[in-house]
Amino acid sequence: MDYKNEKLFEEKVFKDPVHRYIHVRDKVIWDVIGTREFQRLRRIRQLGTTYLVFHGAEHSRFQHSLGVYEIVRRIIDDGFSGRAEWNDEERLLTLCAALLHDLGHGPFSHAFEKVFTLDHEKFTQAILTGDTEVNEVLRRVSPDFPQQVADVIGKTYPDKLAVSLISSQIDADRMDYLQRDAYYTGVSYGHFDMERILRVMRPAEEQVVIKFSGMHAVEDYIMSRYQMYWQVYFHPVSRSAEVILIKILHRAKHLHTAGYPFKYEPVHFKSFFDRTFGLEEYLSLDEGVLMTYFQWWRKEEDAILADLCDRFLNRRLFQYAEFDPAKEYRKIGELERLFKEAGLDPEYYLVTDSSSDLPYDFYRPGEENERVPIYLQMSNGELSELSRSSEIVDAISGKRRTDHKIYFPEDVLESEGNPLYEKILQMLRGE
Amino acid sequence: MLQEHARIVQFIAMAGEARGRKKLQKMIYIAKKMDFPFAEKYELHMYGPYSEELTLRVEELCEMGFLKESCTDKGSYVQYSYNVTEEGGRFLETAAAPHEKLADCIDRLNGKSSRFLELVSTLLYFDYLPKDEQIEKVRIVKNKLNFTDDEMQDAFEFIAELQACSVVA
Repeated sequence: MDYKNEKLFEEKVFKDPVHRYIHVRDKVIWDVIGTREFQRLRRIRQLGTTYLVFHGAEHSRFQHSLGVYEIVRRIIDDGFSGRAEWNDEERLLTLCAALLHDLGHGPFSHAFEKVFTLDHEKFTQAILTGDTEVNEVLRRVSPDFPQQVADVIGKTYPDKLAVSLISSQIDADRMDYLQRDAYYTGVSYGHFDMERILRVMRPAEEQVVIKFSGMHAVEDYIMSRYQMYWQVYFHPVSRSAEVILIKILHRAKHLHTAGYPFKYEPVHFKSFFDRTFGLEEYLSLDEGVLMTYFQWWRKEEDAILADLCDRFLNRRLFQYAEFDPAKEYRKIGELERLFKEAGLDPEYYLVTDSSSDLPYDFYRPGEENERVPIYLQMSNGELSELSRSSEIVDAISGKRRTDHKIYFPEDVLESEGNPLYEKILQMLRGE
Repeated sequence: MLQEHARIVQFIAMAGEARGRKKLQKMIYIAKKMDFPFAEKYELHMYGPYSEELTLRVEELCEMGFLKESCTDKGSYVQYSYNVTEEGGRFLETAAAPHEKLADCIDRLNGKSSRFLELVSTLLYFDYLPKDEQIEKVRIVKNKLNFTDDEMQDAFEFIAELQACSVVA
C-alpha cells in the first residue's frame, strides 16, 4: 500500500477533554505528530499570557492542533465523504493542513511577533517546505505534498472548499479554540452546539455552507465568539501581562543594540536582535526558554529589565485606566513629560493599548469588503447570506467594538518619596 | 504613544486623500514591504494582502475625528475616501516626523490604479518565491482578474523602482 493510503494496524486515540477522543488511523498523520516541530507545540501555550488571569489556561497549541484535526476529520469522514461537491482525494491533504495550521507559532506568539516584526504564517510555510522532520514525512506522500499543505494553510490552494474548512468565518480552527479556551479558562461563554453544526455543514463549490435548519446553532456560535473575545481574549489584566512581556523584549533588544554587558548572554535572542535568524534559531525557542531568560534577567544590573522581568514572573502587573484617545491624546504627551520628570521611563512604564473586534461581517454588493460570509442553504438549494435570515446576527453584523486602555505601574506611583507621583496618579485616574 | 495611529493619519495626510479602501490597504502593505514601520498585520484575502487591523484602525480614526470618511456612488460599486480632519492635523503635531523617504514612496503609489496595486501587493506577498512561482501564485489566487503578461512585467519593473525609495536602500 502506498504511504498516502497507509493505515495504522490499530487506530490510535488521544484522550481529549473537549472532543473526548481524537482518532488517528492514517500513518501519515501519526508520523507528523511524532516530528520534533509538531512536538514543539507542546511548549507553546494556546493563550499566551491569559494563564495569569484564568489560571487554568495552560493548554498548548499542540492540543488545539489535534482538536482542529479531529473536527476536520469528522466533517470529512462523517459528513462530506461521498458527496459530489467534495473530492475525497483531498482528504489527507486537508487533514494535514488542519493538524499543521499553527505550526509556525512562536513563544507568546503575538508579543514575540510584534517586537521582532515576524509573521508566524511565514514560519509555518518555511517549516513545511524547509529542511525539517515534518517536511520529510510529508514528502514521502509525494514531492509536492509539503507545498500543497502549505498552500491550503496559506489560502492559495485552488480547492477553496478545502481551504474554507480551516480558514473562514465558521471553520474548524475557531470551533476548536472557542470550546477549548472556554474549557480551560473555566468561563461559561464559549460553548455552542458543535455537534449540531457538524451535522448541518454541507460542501459547496467554493466553501462550506450551513443547512438552513442549523441557523440557530450558528447564531449561538457567533455569539459565543463575541463573548469570548471581550471576556477572555481582550481581558485587560491579560493585556497588562502582554504589555510587560513586549516591554521586556524591547528592553533586552535595546540593551543588546547599545552594547550592554549582559550577565546572562541572550544567546537564543541574538540572531533576532540582529535580524540574522534562520529557521533553526526560530525552532529552538519556546516558552520555557523565554521564562528561563526572564529568571536570569531579573538579576541583571539594568533596573528596567530586572524590574519588568520580576513583574512578569511574579505577576506584579501594571494597573490600567480607561482612555479616550480622541479627547485625551494631548494628556498622553503631558503624562510622558511628567513620567520623565519623575524618573520613570515612559517608553517602558506608560503604555497605551487598543483592542478591537468585528464579530461577523458579510459582503455587501458593491462594497470592497474582504470577508467571505457564512451562507445558509435553503430548502430549494439556493444560498442565502446568514444575516438576511438571522435577526441576531444582523444586529451585530459589521459592528466593531474598540476599547482603549492606558497601563502604568500603580504600585510605584502609590509609593511615597516623589511629589510628582500623586499628580500623575490624579491625571491617570481622571481626578 | 499612539504612534501606530499617527502613522496612518500621517500617510493619508501625505497622500492628500486615500481614495478607495482597497487602494489604501494595498498602499500601506506595499509601504510596509518597503520597510516603512507600519504595525498592521496582513493576511491573504480575496483582493490580495489585507489587514483587518488596518480596517479597524481606520474606522477607529474616523470615530476619533482624525479622519473623515466619504462615499461616492460609482454605479456598480461604492467608493470610500478618507481625508485628514483639522483635529487630525492637530493630532499629527504631537507625532514624530515620518521617514524622509516615505513621501517619495507615496507619490509613486498614488498614481497607480487599485487593480495594479492589487497585483503589485500580491506579488510582494509571495516575494520569498522565485519569479515564475510568484506569477503562478498570483494566477491561482487572482484567476478572475486575468492579469496579462504585460501587467506582470510592469508590476515587476515597478517593484524594482520602488526598492530605490525603500527604507533600507
